[in-house]
Amino acid sequence: MTGYILKRLLSAIPVLLGITVIVFLIMAMIPGDPATAILGSYATPDNVEKLNRDLGLDKPLVAQYFIWLGNMLTGDFGTSFALNRPVLDEVLERFNATLILAGTAFLICSVLGIIAGVVSASRQYGFADKSITFAVLLGISIPSFFLGMMMILFFSVNLRWFPVSGMWPVYGDRNLWVLLNHLTLPALALAVVATGVIARLSRSAMLEVLRQDFIRTARAKGVHERGVIWRHALKAAMVSIIPVLGIQAGFVLSGAVYIEMVFQWPGVGRMLVDAILKRDILLVQGGVVFVAACYVLFNIAVDVAQSLLDPRIKT
Amino acid sequence: MTAFFRLLARNRLALAGLIVMTVVVILALLTPLLPLADPDVTDTGNRFQPPFSEGALLGTDHLGRDLLSRLMWGTRLSLAVGFAAAIAAATIGAAIGIIAGFYGGRTDNIIMRGVDMLMAFPYILLALAIVAALGPGLLNALIAVAAVNVPFFARNIRGITVGIAHKEFVDAARLAGLSNARIILTEILPNVVPVIVIAMSTTIGWMILETAGLSFLGLGSQPPQADLGSMLGEARSALITNPHTSIVPGVMILIIVMSINLLGDGIRDALDPRLKSGALSRPMAATNVDRKETPPAATGRGLLEVQALETQFHVKNRVYKAVGGVDLHVEPGECLGIIGESGSGKSVTALSVMGLVASPPGVITGGAVRYEGEDLVGAPYRKLRSMRGKNVAYIFQDPLATLHPLYKVGDQLIEAIRSHRPIGKDEGRKTAIELLKSVRIPNPEKRISDYPHELSGGMRQRVGIAMALANEPDIIIADEPTTALDVTVQAQILSLLDDLRRSRGLAIVFITHDFGVVAQLCDRVAVMYAGRIIEEGTTAEVLENPMHPYTARLMACVPELGEGKRRLEAIRGLPPVVDKLPPGCAFADRCERVQDVCRQGEIPLEGEEGRAVRCLFPVTEPPPADAKPAQSQEAAE
Repeated sequence: MTGYILKRLLSAIPVLLGITVIVFLIMAMIPGDPATAILGSYATPDNVEKLNRDLGLDKPLVAQYFIWLGNMLTGDFGTSFALNRPVLDEVLERFNATLILAGTAFLICSVLGIIAGVVSASRQYGFADKSITFAVLLGISIPSFFLGMMMILFFSVNLRWFPVSGMWPVYGDRNLWVLLNHLTLPALALAVVATGVIARLSRSAMLEVLRQDFIRTARAKGVHERGVIWRHALKAAMVSIIPVLGIQAGFVLSGAVYIEMVFQWPGVGRMLVDAILKRDILLVQGGVVFVAACYVLFNIAVDVAQSLLDPRIKT
Repeated sequence: MTAFFRLLARNRLALAGLIVMTVVVILALLTPLLPLADPDVTDTGNRFQPPFSEGALLGTDHLGRDLLSRLMWGTRLSLAVGFAAAIAAATIGAAIGIIAGFYGGRTDNIIMRGVDMLMAFPYILLALAIVAALGPGLLNALIAVAAVNVPFFARNIRGITVGIAHKEFVDAARLAGLSNARIILTEILPNVVPVIVIAMSTTIGWMILETAGLSFLGLGSQPPQADLGSMLGEARSALITNPHTSIVPGVMILIIVMSINLLGDGIRDALDPRLKSGALSRPMAATNVDRKETPPAATGRGLLEVQALETQFHVKNRVYKAVGGVDLHVEPGECLGIIGESGSGKSVTALSVMGLVASPPGVITGGAVRYEGEDLVGAPYRKLRSMRGKNVAYIFQDPLATLHPLYKVGDQLIEAIRSHRPIGKDEGRKTAIELLKSVRIPNPEKRISDYPHELSGGMRQRVGIAMALANEPDIIIADEPTTALDVTVQAQILSLLDDLRRSRGLAIVFITHDFGVVAQLCDRVAVMYAGRIIEEGTTAEVLENPMHPYTARLMACVPELGEGKRRLEAIRGLPPVVDKLPPGCAFADRCERVQDVCRQGEIPLEGEEGRAVRCLFPVTEPPPADAKPAQSQEAAE
């Protein structure tokens, strides 16, 4: 198993390099002088020249890439001009908040989605199945940012159950209870679409598995129907559900950008949008590379989980 | 194609989606012609008018602009951008996919590596990076959304192209000396266009949502121009005081995306042939029972008695009579063979005993299955479950498919026991090892922690048998347990079953299509054809002196060693389809002894002392081994 994990980690290296190349190439599309773009149009010529030298922007493109890459490998992602602090510090702090939000949402959508899919499949064409199917359709059609706004309106403004926005209260203690109180609405709003997709896929994966011979075997030996569905069928269906969980994690991470805007959550998504609007290029660059790299590593974890579940995968 | 549309139309939700989408598109197209207020004229004196107010049906926004007008123009813009992004992504993606798939080799490798890299991003990060580079703006948002979706199309279309690029007609075009560009345009493209269109139709909703999202973040359309997303984004600051300015564009996005999703689902379902046949139905825990008549009274014959059993498959409006009135019984310790071609109903009969016929579509429509005199057809599920594996156990055909691939064989054995009585961990392990030993699996202490795929076919079937023995049942129903195995392994399994039966006093119902196996193992045999028993008797009687022409011909199909040159006789024709059985004898069309009366009405299974045949003109002498099936055979050809 350790060997397999190592192998997967090694195979991630070209992907990670590819990600840096892509980000670098996209940033190279910036029209005009990058230093001016980074410093803004009010920059003095001296500063522009200094930055060009610091970033190695006076060198050829390939050399620039390797300088940038080398700096990142030593933990130097550059300095955000708008915030005047190291990019990595800012990204790490913001990513922490995003991780709390997206992680909770991922947990919610995985658990709810799978349960809904299994229930739906085991009551195929019944009332529960039809209700779930309809709820899923609604869930995957509603834009998460609109849903978030409506949730604020209903649960925060009308019912006053939850705070309207933010991660922490401006004054007062910062404990888990306060965090959960702030987290509930955004995490739910973020989880809805992915829950729908996972429920849908779990349902069809379950239907596929329930028709297979080993299910009949389980029934023939007298396993209770609960065991047939939740042990035998679900375990086999997980083989096709887990990769989708990996993909949905990417969507949850993406959707977090909208939810962070709606709920004023101090995460990396809101940081990126602000950075784009302020043309804080280095912050965008660093943030994108960092989050994408984390996502790649997460997907390796998904593969490892898959190989733990399915002994037929050669490790 | 018409069938496709009919199917689509029958899906009411999809139709509703199509109608709503059409209305929205038409309204968006007509927007410039409609008598609407100018969407960009501000009137701060009249800001935040509620809906249904004078001169503004949906009210006004924070700058006093008419919401209805802005909604219509915004919808128009959102749709246009979404469609444009979809078309751009589909075109570029398809071009990349076709090139990769057509040229293959290194080109393919490099392109697909790049595509994989792009797919390694959470999509919005890529879009944000692109917008960051190009600067905020609707066109840039469109480019970003299109670019992010290119990999999806490239990968799909590449897959299709690879399949086509090696077809004969492409080879023919190559041999004819056409240039690659010509081949791609005239041979490949026409075949992938439908796939492109379908992929596009299912992603358009997504594209609209994504561009609206970027606009919502303030990275797309810039004021005063507004699509639905930026309307929502602008309204966000007034969410609490004037929610209607948010609700109006939000609901519109919901309507558009939902109708596209409904339509997309409808298209997907219409294209999936499995849905048409109902093959995606989940089998219930026990077979449905729908008996019209009261079951026959118990006769007290045998440990297990099947009486006039009828099992049907209801698929759409067709009824397949898989089992059409079968009577059987097994005594304790006896081995009964059921023999017949595939589709003769032997497996369905066996599965009906414990309600294991997949249902839907299976339904038991008549008869009774009695275990020690008690009718199990229509018994509550709890009753059936408690008997499955404990009183009547099954061994199935293909042990690779019938064992759970993700559980260790030991755990599967222990589970079989635990389903009927609580058992501790150590005891379970010990019992599992004992069971594996009893079916002569070498080194059982190690084997219990193997997964099914780590065992050979013969070993897997031994595990299957061990599982059937786990609760010491009285009856084992073995459904072609040796068919998937090679001959030497088959012989081992058969002798194992025979030993177990003698040492444990097991009754075995053995289902097979192989007379050799029957001869080796069974005391009595029943021959099935088209869902009914057509002959039964002791194995010796039936094998030496088959009475039904079908049995006789079936046996003539078996080659025998040392019999010299003998012509192997296939039975001409095919068994009848069980949804339209002919009146009278089901074998009549394939029979050489057929006369007119054979086709008129029911022929009973008649005989005495367990030797019976369902034939008006039974064979009395065994057919000469070298008899020519003369005219009939030639007539068939």
